[in-house]
Amino acid sequence: MDTEGSGRRTVTSSPPGRSNTWPDQARRMAREIRRRVLELTLGRDGCYLSQALSSAEILATLYTRSARLGPSLGPAVPPAFSGVPGQAGVSHGHGAAYNGPRGSDYDRLLISPAHYAVAVYAALVSTGRMSPEALDQFNTDGSKLEMIGAEHSPGFELTTGSFGQALSQAGGIAMANSLRGSSGRFFVFMSDGELEEGQTWEALQCLGHYRIDSVVVCVDVNGMQYDGATSEVMNIEPIESRITGFGGIAVSVDGHDVEAIDRAIQQTPHEGRPLVILCYTDSARGMPMLNARKPKLHFVRFRNDSEREHARAVAENWARTA
Amino acid sequence: MIELVHKPHERNLVAWARNRPDVLVLSGDLTGSTEIQLFKDTYPERFFSMGMAEQNMLSWAGGLAREGFVPFLHTFSVFLYRRPLDQLEMSVCYPNLPVRLIGFLPGLNTPGGVTHQAINDLGVLRAIPNLTILETGDATDVETVLDLTEEIPGPIYVRMLRGDVARLFPANERIRLNNARVVREGDDLALITSGHCTSEAMRATAALARRGVAIRHLHVSTLKPFSDPLVEETIAVSGRGVITMENHLVTGGLGSAVAEMMAEKGIGGPLYRMGIRDTYAQGASFPYLLRKHGIDAKALVDKVGTILGKNFRLTEDDLRVATVPVFPPSLVDERQGSERLEAL
Repeated sequence: MDTEGSGRRTVTSSPPGRSNTWPDQARRMAREIRRRVLELTLGRDGCYLSQALSSAEILATLYTRSARLGPSLGPAVPPAFSGVPGQAGVSHGHGAAYNGPRGSDYDRLLISPAHYAVAVYAALVSTGRMSPEALDQFNTDGSKLEMIGAEHSPGFELTTGSFGQALSQAGGIAMANSLRGSSGRFFVFMSDGELEEGQTWEALQCLGHYRIDSVVVCVDVNGMQYDGATSEVMNIEPIESRITGFGGIAVSVDGHDVEAIDRAIQQTPHEGRPLVILCYTDSARGMPMLNARKPKLHFVRFRNDSEREHARAVAENWARTA
Repeated sequence: MIELVHKPHERNLVAWARNRPDVLVLSGDLTGSTEIQLFKDTYPERFFSMGMAEQNMLSWAGGLAREGFVPFLHTFSVFLYRRPLDQLEMSVCYPNLPVRLIGFLPGLNTPGGVTHQAINDLGVLRAIPNLTILETGDATDVETVLDLTEEIPGPIYVRMLRGDVARLFPANERIRLNNARVVREGDDLALITSGHCTSEAMRATAALARRGVAIRHLHVSTLKPFSDPLVEETIAVSGRGVITMENHLVTGGLGSAVAEMMAEKGIGGPLYRMGIRDTYAQGASFPYLLRKHGIDAKALVDKVGTILGKNFRLTEDDLRVATVPVFPPSLVDERQGSERLEAL
């Protein structure tokens, strides 16, 4: 249902008495993303939890507000993995069905860091695009809900587990649509570690060269990667001036402030240039107990009963406030 | 006398793309050296300069192909598979997209030295699912390979020839997928060649025929898939054995594909693989490198002599009087001097 005019799509409904403004909805959705991924982290004894904690508001903002996405065309409970592209009847990119139909009336959402798959699946559930029980399939043999998703996985259109390739593909997709005269924006959700890949800068250079402004990038700048803090592993700052130097427009926002994210996306002039929203985030957001583990938060597994008990209490609290 | 066709790809691409609006050309900053200047002049709105950024070019092409366009990437072979291999696999081949990789200067056919010599492209690319691999060997192959691409829905890599290209096969006998050409009939030995090595082999087999050696010679233009019944049948009745000769390492290319077929089908006698043997090469003229690495007409005559236990006493002149040019004119013709420099 479209509650606030064109391009302002909200999907979830709320019980009476609860605020139904889009920021409140997005914040509730972010809590739900965190809760569901935390529950999976407990149930599966480990998960890409910190990525969900840092990106929850970004995904919630894109899915509920910033991106014009039509209703999901995917089955509420995804069927089993049906084969790789090129095998009989299997096409490329069909995970995108969960992001709604294509067409000039719609934007596209392209997920770059495939290690965020669980956060994307949780976002689909929290927006009613996928059934909660679909998450039971997560990371089980024969399921499309792989731990590191690919283009058959719900919410995915590209195969991006090898980092830094989505932005170039988005450029090709945007150029193709421009050649065909169709409108619509192409949102690319990225992680900050991908800024270390040379291809990211080749892509920005090319987007700038061809003055492609239909590409909007939202980067989860959580400052973390596998080996530790990006500042220690491979410095990527100053990101803003680097992006500007390569032909983009960069805006830095608090990545947990849904209104700031949306404002930056909707109100930043960027004619003839790709727009990059740098969403500075905390990879322990909502779970301060994880601060002690920083900067080693790439994959979280709770270590003892006390940690698990604490995590369960956090999840229950989030469930109550949903 | 043999017909030489000047820049067959350049003219053919422009004619072929005229009524195919979905065909785009992407250039990796080698527009003149890959014969797409005429395309750029004729259809500027369908030509895209991607600069020296091959990783981006491969993924970008995947994005264009996802939306229904058919991008033809033009650069040197090495820059299509060696530098951007991950992008080729994950952005193009895994999703099985109709991206056409037009690779120039395959094997040792470049004055550019080791960085420009695609001597292991077939070995690398034959191991990539969904990818079809074609290699042109004459002007007819070059002029008809674009038609062939329309039969193949997934990604394609083409080893392309440029400049003045000899016509070895009738212009109306087009290149066909997984269908070898019979170049010569004979019962003593089977010879299977690809790309430029086919013309080298034709000079050798013509001279050998005058010495009474009858060789069945096939020209192969599809390296993947590799299941041509004609190749299988030729191996099975191959007399004293099978020789392969290719402008590539002996590992991973034509010789390996033939070896796999022989082993899996349990057919044929000994296999003699002629090609580059586990080494990189230096920058030098094509004839010099072919001689040094043993993949020219003389090397083939010597190989046949060794197999049959004969000394044919064939001179360079004997090999010169055959029906195909001694070397690609692009390397001896004065007009090509500037092109050689351009390629560097």
